[in-house]
Amino acid sequence: MSEERKVSVRGLTRRFGSNTVLHNLNLELEPGSFTALLGRSGSGKTTLLRTLAGLDPAPGDAGIDLPDRVAAVFQEPRLLPWKRIWANVALGLPGADAKARAERALGEVGLSRHHEAWPATLSGGEAQRAALARALVREPRLLLLDEPFAALDALTRIRMHALVLELWRAHRPTTLIVTHDVDEAVLLADRVLVLDAGRIAADIPVEIPRPRSHGDAGFVALRRRLLGELGVEADVIREAA
Amino acid sequence: MSDTHAIGGRRAAVPALPAPAARRPAGLALNLSRTKRFASSVVILLLWQGASVAGLIAPRTLAAPTTIVATAWELILSGELPHHLLVSLGRVAAGLSIGVSSGVALALIAGLSRRGEEIVDAPMQMLRTLPFLALVPLFILWFGIGETPKIALVSLGSAFPVYLTLFAGIRGTDPKLMEAGRVFGLNRAGLIRHVVLPGALPSGLVGLRYALGSALLSLVIAEQINATAGIGFLINDARDFLRTDVIVVGLLVYALLGLGADALVRGFERRALAWRPNLIKG
Repeated sequence: MSEERKVSVRGLTRRFGSNTVLHNLNLELEPGSFTALLGRSGSGKTTLLRTLAGLDPAPGDAGIDLPDRVAAVFQEPRLLPWKRIWANVALGLPGADAKARAERALGEVGLSRHHEAWPATLSGGEAQRAALARALVREPRLLLLDEPFAALDALTRIRMHALVLELWRAHRPTTLIVTHDVDEAVLLADRVLVLDAGRIAADIPVEIPRPRSHGDAGFVALRRRLLGELGVEADVIREAA
Repeated sequence: MSDTHAIGGRRAAVPALPAPAARRPAGLALNLSRTKRFASSVVILLLWQGASVAGLIAPRTLAAPTTIVATAWELILSGELPHHLLVSLGRVAAGLSIGVSSGVALALIAGLSRRGEEIVDAPMQMLRTLPFLALVPLFILWFGIGETPKIALVSLGSAFPVYLTLFAGIRGTDPKLMEAGRVFGLNRAGLIRHVVLPGALPSGLVGLRYALGSALLSLVIAEQINATAGIGFLINDARDFLRTDVIVVGLLVYALLGLGADALVRGFERRALAWRPNLIKG
């Protein structure tokens, strides 16, 4: 079980032209863990996620071990506008029970009433829930989240955080979320990786007991430390606070 | 318009009574403005009729509206108009099915593979700059003066709009949707079926509408080539007898064909593109 759920990357280097985006990167993810990948823009975090999703075939693929079922949620919902919500969730699912499975997944993300809706009629948060259902219905061993809440308003984002944690607890996929939001990383993950110039600059376990809140003592300290790792100076943090 | 919509939407939560009352004046205003739009046309018709009756417009220049209506009625009753209409429709149907299917096939070849594009697109882009109606003399030499050159001209006229729009639609597929499809396990055939083709359909249908217009234009020209039946023949025949009333009836039939074709595609769009935001609200 644990062998086929293993996620490991050894010595991954990605170059685009003369630009080296990932530098001999090593990464192991514990089965069922929730890891956040933080980094400034251009740090290579999206490249790493796309490589794991199989979207940018890597020459160094030899060093990558992935479970057989990988699913992703992107920053935009990327629903096919010409398919009803259930058909979007069931996209590419084999078997006659695909629709029933899709409807179950939609129920889990709180969209039971929207099976037959067209994507264009959903709000941003609802569309992202549908995208989450589309990933979950595949029972992924590895769930990749690429800044999935960046485009949502603050209130919707809070609800989505709770939903993702709930679903992660229920299904326990190994989860990797790419984000530039330090609070989001500390709130969701057991482990935070900071990527800088294609290298993992920090690998920090998050030991704050759940449910976490922004006011927890450990939260504030960890947040400050991560911001420091990202190069945001302490006086800037004080100023903002 | 969008403002009234928002207000109407807000009110729907409250008991629905005020909504119909609020809508009625808008409907009335619409009818009124529609009446106004037609008013000038009616005045022109009346002036035309008056001038014809007064002898200011000779029948050999232009028949009176009432004469045209009477002639149309006669032509329908005698079976002459239905006969010619069927012949013309048959030409359009044959030409369109050849033109549209070859346009679609070429667009798929060029749109879905690089090599296909290399082979198909350059000649198509060169040929499309040619005003296809100028090919009539060549077509007569190649195909004679029977049905073949007529159908060929309609085919040619309808193939290009379909090819160009569908090719652009296929190439305009959102790469982000393609990626999503790949992540969720679609193979190449699945991507084409679920992502590329449905995404290209809206522009393909715009092309179909252009194609219908172009086919009709081709029909008009084609039916000038030694036709012995069809609306074009009806018009040419009437010209020889100075029957301006019959000519106008023929022109009206051409216009109605154009309107009908457009309505047909619009109806199909409404069903096939029901997912589009502007159609969902309607």
